[in-house]
Parts: sequence; C-alpha cells; structure tokens
Amino acid sequence: MIITEQAYLRSDGRKGIRNHLLVAYLVECAHHVAREIVYPYREAGVELIGFGGCYPNAYAAKMMRQLCTHPNVGGVLLLSLGCESFKRTELSDAIAASGRPVETLVIQQSGGTRKTIEQGRVLVQQLLRQMADVPRAPLEMREFIVGTICGGSDATSGITANPGVGRAFDRLVREGGSGIFEETNELIGCEAVMAERAVTPELGTILGSALAKAAAYHTVLGHGSFASGNAEGGLTTQEEKSMGAYAKSGGSRISGLLKPGDVPPVGGLYLLDVVPDGEVRFGFPNINDNAEIAELIACGAHVILFTTGRGSVVGSAVSPVIKVCANPETYRRLSEDMDVDAGKILEGRGTLDSVGDEIFDLSLAVARGEKSKSEALMHQEFVLTYKTFEPIGPSCLPRV
Amino acid sequence: MADLKLLRLDPLDNVLVTIQTLEAGDRVSIDGREITIPARLTLGHKLAARDIRNGEKILKYHMPIGSATRDIAVGEHVHLHNMKSDYIDTVAQLARHSLGQSP
Repeated sequence: MIITEQAYLRSDGRKGIRNHLLVAYLVECAHHVAREIVYPYREAGVELIGFGGCYPNAYAAKMMRQLCTHPNVGGVLLLSLGCESFKRTELSDAIAASGRPVETLVIQQSGGTRKTIEQGRVLVQQLLRQMADVPRAPLEMREFIVGTICGGSDATSGITANPGVGRAFDRLVREGGSGIFEETNELIGCEAVMAERAVTPELGTILGSALAKAAAYHTVLGHGSFASGNAEGGLTTQEEKSMGAYAKSGGSRISGLLKPGDVPPVGGLYLLDVVPDGEVRFGFPNINDNAEIAELIACGAHVILFTTGRGSVVGSAVSPVIKVCANPETYRRLSEDMDVDAGKILEGRGTLDSVGDEIFDLSLAVARGEKSKSEALMHQEFVLTYKTFEPIGPSCLPRV
Repeated sequence: MADLKLLRLDPLDNVLVTIQTLEAGDRVSIDGREITIPARLTLGHKLAARDIRNGEKILKYHMPIGSATRDIAVGEHVHLHNMKSDYIDTVAQLARHSLGQSP
C-alpha cells in the first residue's frame, strides 16, 4: 500500500514525510545563537535540536548523527562554540555523506554572537533553497515507522488510549509497517507474555533481560513501581499495571529489539530498550517524555503516537507527535492540543476498534502532510542527555 | 453483552472494567444478567465477566494479570480480596544481588 506519492527521497533510499532544516547546537554554549538563527524561519520548517554537554559521549554522537540524517530532515546547519569536545567534523562528514547539504558555524571563529546569527540566517536561506528540489517518491507502508509513548497517565490511559494505540499498531504491522514501543521500566511483570510474543526463543530471552535490566536500574535509583494509589484506582497487581502500558504494543508478534538510533530493518513490531547498559551512571535513563521521543525518532520513526490522560502538550523536532487523549474531561479542557478523543469510549461514543482506526487513519493523514495539533502549534521540544550502550547482538533483529 | 458502564477490553477476558463511577445499589447488565453493585466503585475497577474458579487466571487485555484466590461469581468485584499477583519478582532479587546485598 502506498501512503503518499509525495515523500522526500533521500540518497540512502529512506523516505521522509517532512523536509526540515535542522539547526543543531553541539554544546549548550551555542544554544542561544542557534535558537536566534532559527526563530524567524520556524514557519519555513527550520527546527532546533542539540546536545548540551561539553564532555564526549558515543550515545549522544550517534543520536545526533541519526537525527541529522533522519528521513524527515533535508539539510543541517551545525552550531559550534569552538572548544567543546563534540566531533563536529565527523558529524558534518556523516551528514554530507548522506547527500544532505550541511554547513558549520564556529562562534569563536565567526566574530561572536551577533555576527554568527547574521551568517547563520544567510546560510539558512541558502540551505532552504538547496533543499527545495529534493526528489519525491511514493512512501510504501513497509517503509513507514511509527513510535509510541505515554506520558501524564491516569486511570483512563490503560483502558482507552493505550489499547486504542494497540489496535492501530496491530493494523500497522498487519499492513507491513513498523511500530516501536518502549518504556521497559513500566513493563515489569510482562516478561512472560512478552517472551511468548517474540519471533524466536533467543529474542524472547533478550526481551526478558531488557526488562530485568530496567527493573534493576530503577531499583538502584530508588524507584518503586506499584503504589497504593494504583490499587485505589482499581489496579490489583504489578503485572496488571504494566499491561496497561504494554497494551500500546497491541497483539502482533515482536520482531526485534532496538537500542536508540537503531533502525528497524523490515516491517514489524519492535521494543526499544532505552535503559543504559552497565553500571548505573548519569542518573535517570530518561529525564522526561521528550528524551524518549527523541530516541524513537532516532530509530527512524516518522510519526509519534503519544497517549496521555492528564494532558501533555509537548511535540518534538524532526517528527510530528499525535496526541491520543485517554480522558474525555481532559480532552474537553485541552482540545486544542489533543488530536484524538480516545476517551469517547468511556461515554459510549466509540469503541476500541473505532478509536484504533481513527488513530491509524490520522497517522496516515499526517504522513500525507496534515499537521498534528502540536506540530501546528510549533511545539519542538527536544532533550538529549548522557547514556552508555553496548551494541545490540545478532539475535535482536529479524533476518532480512 | 455488557452495558455502557462496563468495558470489555478483549472478547476473551473474564473481567470487565468499570468506565463510570458505580454507586451502591446501581444495576449493571452482564450477558443479560442484572447485577446489583453492593458498594461504590470508581472508574478502572474490575467485575467478573463470568463465574471464575479458584486458581483460574484473571484475563484482562487477553493477558494474565494474576489468579483468583477463591471462586468469584459473575458481576463480583475482582480486586485484592479475591485475586493475587503471579509475578515472581526475580528482578528485585537481581537488583539486590547487583548491589552486593544478600537476596
């Protein structure tokens, strides 16, 4: 099935649903200058991302490379202060090798704040012209990647929006696309059912280990999972609470396990392992929802399905975020920020199946160019912190 | 067929989820059987969709969320008093082990 004839064809064969120009700062010291360059061009699709740290980190370098060469990105302007440790030439070379126009400004060499902003805006106009004639090609379902996350959950999340997204994911995978779910720390207790859904026994073991790692990590950080408030809300067991989050993954077989920046090789359902490997360092695996959204996007997600009960308003740079609102009262209060009213199930105005279809259809409409609510409001939140990962092993991915 | 106050998340589930607050004395219909709710239940609680035997798995989202600890009649509230977790917390043991504490 062809989703749109008008996708942006990149030289690596991947296809985007947007053609953004990214302005990427390589240390917090270049953030202000980068933001000032972007501001007048936000409506032209120019977006801001960056890494704030001054110390080197292989994970952050991979994330930046994967985001700067994401199919939704057509060109990049890198902003360096000059003395940070980020290997700007390596990143610039990788972007150039991907066939995208790329420029770099080094504030210490460009005459400081004001002059760098001026030069940056000239470069933005130049890059936008270079990006305008990207070839178009049909985007097929088997090339379409959707990520899902929940944030600001309440008692309705696990019974409306999450299983609704699960229904949409079932349809996506059945029709050949890729779905990515994550939040391993919220899936404790699902080990057995998840292992049974793996396409190979080896993968089942790997999925179990990922959950054990997440639980161990959060135990060290002093994070419990099941609280008394959960029981008051009707949840009885640890596994029941986790199933509420797990429901976003639907019922398909699980094809593989990814780590941030790994792209699904073929259509299927994938678990993204966001918890660092090795001993606990650098603090919480993800300090907020946007850190996870950035990781899903680095895995190639064209669109993010974000379920919320209490009402999150965030979006993201690079890929559009679709809000699936679990609670009908929240929807009425925040309707300008919410794309799908999944809470209608609670009021007899829809079923899980009809809401699943609505979510699926909206994902395709957004792939065809329709703006999600957060996208139209120009939400472009972005966070990237320090982590450490071992590469995934050969049993993690399906053979192509 | 359940009524509009209850949601069946999967056709094979043996529990239904309350999607409105039910007050004591409220009546709900489960597969044509009228059930009177004995005590207030807020949104998100579970009622037995059919008779459940002691030891049977409780299925929600077509997935086991624990087991019945006694026989449960259709329409009865399913919660801490009549079901338990089957989750074996090997993970907490693992975490304690990795912290150098005895399991």
